[in-house]
Amino acid sequence: MSVVTVQLGQCGNQIGPELFSTVYRDSSEASPKTHRECSHERFFRENSEGVLVARSVLVDMEPKVISQAIARASKSGKWRYGEKAHFCQKQGSGNNWANGYCVHGPRHKEAVEDLVRKEVERCDRLAGIFAMMSVAGGTGSGVGTFVTQCLRDMYPQSFILNHLTWPYGTGEVIVQNYNSVLTLSRLYQLSDALVIHENDTVHKICSQLMNIKHISIGDVNKVIAHQLGSVLQPAYTEDSPSHYSRNPIGELLSSLVCHPEYKLLSLCNIPQMSQTSLAYSAYTWPGLLKHLRQMLIANARMEEGIDWKVCVPSSRGDSVRTGQMAFNRSLANLLILRGKDSSSADAGGFKDPGLYVPWLPPDGTFSLWNSSVPFNGYEKSASLVSNSQSLLRPLDNMVRKAWNMFVSRAYMHQYTKFGITEDDFLDSFTMLEQIISSYTQL
Amino acid sequence: MPVSAVTICAVLLSVGQCGNQVGCRFWDLALREHSHVNKKGIYDEALSSFFQNVDPRRSDGGGGGAPGSRISGLRARAVLVDMEEGVLSEVLQGPLRQLFSSTQLISDVSGSGNNWAVGHHSYGSVYREQIVEQVRRAAEQCDCLQCFFIIHSMGGGTGSGLGTRVLKLLEDEFPEVCRLVTAVYPSAEDDVITSPYNSVLAMRELTEHADCVLPIENQSLMDIVSKIQHMAHTGKPGSVIKKDSTIISGQGGVSKTEKPFDAMNNIVANLLLNITSSARFEGSLNMDLNEIAMNLVPFPRLHYLVSSLTPLYTLADVNIPTRRLDQMFTDAFSKDHQLMRADPKHNLYLACALMLRGNVQLSDLRRNIERLRPTLSFVQWNTEGWKTGLCSVPPVGHTHSLLALANNTCVKPSFMDLRERFVRLYRKKAHLHHYLGVDGMDVSGFSEALSSLSALIDEYSQLDSTKTAPTQEPPRLNIAC
Repeated sequence: MSVVTVQLGQCGNQIGPELFSTVYRDSSEASPKTHRECSHERFFRENSEGVLVARSVLVDMEPKVISQAIARASKSGKWRYGEKAHFCQKQGSGNNWANGYCVHGPRHKEAVEDLVRKEVERCDRLAGIFAMMSVAGGTGSGVGTFVTQCLRDMYPQSFILNHLTWPYGTGEVIVQNYNSVLTLSRLYQLSDALVIHENDTVHKICSQLMNIKHISIGDVNKVIAHQLGSVLQPAYTEDSPSHYSRNPIGELLSSLVCHPEYKLLSLCNIPQMSQTSLAYSAYTWPGLLKHLRQMLIANARMEEGIDWKVCVPSSRGDSVRTGQMAFNRSLANLLILRGKDSSSADAGGFKDPGLYVPWLPPDGTFSLWNSSVPFNGYEKSASLVSNSQSLLRPLDNMVRKAWNMFVSRAYMHQYTKFGITEDDFLDSFTMLEQIISSYTQL
Repeated sequence: MPVSAVTICAVLLSVGQCGNQVGCRFWDLALREHSHVNKKGIYDEALSSFFQNVDPRRSDGGGGGAPGSRISGLRARAVLVDMEEGVLSEVLQGPLRQLFSSTQLISDVSGSGNNWAVGHHSYGSVYREQIVEQVRRAAEQCDCLQCFFIIHSMGGGTGSGLGTRVLKLLEDEFPEVCRLVTAVYPSAEDDVITSPYNSVLAMRELTEHADCVLPIENQSLMDIVSKIQHMAHTGKPGSVIKKDSTIISGQGGVSKTEKPFDAMNNIVANLLLNITSSARFEGSLNMDLNEIAMNLVPFPRLHYLVSSLTPLYTLADVNIPTRRLDQMFTDAFSKDHQLMRADPKHNLYLACALMLRGNVQLSDLRRNIERLRPTLSFVQWNTEGWKTGLCSVPPVGHTHSLLALANNTCVKPSFMDLRERFVRLYRKKAHLHHYLGVDGMDVSGFSEALSSLSALIDEYSQLDSTKTAPTQEPPRLNIAC
């Protein structure tokens, strides 16, 4: 079963190639044949010359980033992008969501749909569509939202997973909060789930865990690709315990998204360290799982600075009443273990009902996947995909800043001139406040 | 190249004596910059943003290969307008003459006599068709036209009057193309008596018809030039400046002789090179020209951006500690580095853009933003209003550089000064008859221009008043749970 990736905008087209490189490298480095074949089938197809071609469509409104992505892939000699798998225009969206959504999106609808259709048709079976974009800019966010809408119309029965990169809190783009609000409110209804990475978090991983002195965008993207790869690579699941799952996205969604009101998924992966440290580390599953569990509970996004004082409240009233959000309540968790003896690891700690909301049936809250094949050089690694309150604070901050700006009507003229009205903004705000409220009350 | 080579193009319109002198420096330094990175003589995408590839043997401006082919002849994407012959004749006879076909130069003989009305109304009407024709031709030769750069001074007659007429033309004929104006404001001691009239009349046009304005003050340029020249002559060990690395230097360019005002004009030329660097060269965080307009202009009329360029020079000593990098960021916010007499650090920011070139990493950028942020005041609704760009190609003679663009209330004092000077003349009706005698010029033009400037100053004042007000965030939207 294959995944078709749609890379949207600068960010999507920078992370995309990293993801393909990561999964390629992971499945080619001395892994069992079944693993390699499954991974290749999932992400690549073979062209007439036997070269691996990524099952990916590249979309951007200006050509520079796509050019670089295609060139780098070809230069690797290992895999490449399809000859005609890209669509780009001459001029970007100017960081303007309205320009992306109202102008570029509709203008190029047919061309983009055509590219995706061709890629989907080349799959024996479609596991799902994985759209990658940022929420801060104009193309990834605006065109990305429009394209997701088109994909939903084209493939109403297929799984659509959106990967969203949230920008640094102290801006990269001044109107990033407007663009984010407009994106999130609409994607929430179109997508099956939103897998989120925050630049601030990944940046800290790079500086504190990986000891990178001068962090570049490439470094940040490699970490994101690593975390995504750890989820999307082949694994044995509960539905498919003896063969690699042929429905990874479907199973991910059914494990984590039990209710359409709750679609925000965060990702955690441990251990994460610099290449040089890798050789010197030895981890045990109990150790890793203990850390990961506490990271979940205390909402720590990496294995440093974990607050061990936070614990599962004895009664549900506790955390809700104090409103401190020190304890991170989950709706559902998916744990993926890769490496030596992964099948023997004891994940009992994650089944504790105290971690979860009481109104979901206990057997619907926790899922476990595993693969004995080590991932990306790590002898043992554990990934946790969570549907929990962990994104609540960043989301709330985003909405708060956007609202603050909206009240003064700053930049409104830039959006209204393309057809997005103040009412459209209000609708988006309403929707997001609703989501914030739902997650707060867990 | 697998992806079809398309370039974002810009067309430069230089109007008047000052505009064209700056323009010439721009073309010279642009060639220098491109030849620095383009060793193989290939007409690449970066070049095609400002230059066309032509077959010099043909007179129609065609025949050159597309991006990727060899350079046969470069032609500037430009229209040069002046109502006196002096500067344009020099261009046609000077070392840059190959860059222009004679049709790109539009001139007259008598000049505008430092009279905005003559430039705007008289010459504006006479040359309207010709200007539109030339701009259209330049636009048609662009793969994808993104921006018009217009350069002119404010204090004279041609640059100020005809320049702003050209601005209106561009808005009418090419409404979707961004109009970015580099406007050189006269210093208080300017010897043109009517410069306040010309400047204020022009300002109204800029406020109403430009997308972005980069105001430059001659005095600031002069101060920067002296600072650099002083530095170059101190002879202190460890302070030796690397040759051709200052922002006032034209060394390595096409023109071999330095003319008066070249040093000052080089600064402005460098500003334009830096602002377009991300659109021309690659980088990990691209910043297009329409992104600049989008992020830095929260309200349509408040589009005056104060610029600063750092470093002013590179020291010859290559053992430069990282401290120097951080110093570059600090300097970008100091009032000595601004291209107009303004102090953004002690006034209120509406938005700020940082365009980095060269060997600077994301982490350097983030560290410095975090470090400097607490020292600056941002408007309540945009406390993290930063727009950032990283371009990998540094300017000639530098390993890295920073251009900061600030939408900041610090422009207000300069505008108030200008209004003051205008009112002093207007009150006495001094020289008014020279203007009112021109066909198309009405006294209402004066009063409206003055109101426009006053309204603009008021908007900045209102924003300033929020600076000391307690920051209270508006209540969030209440939804029924």
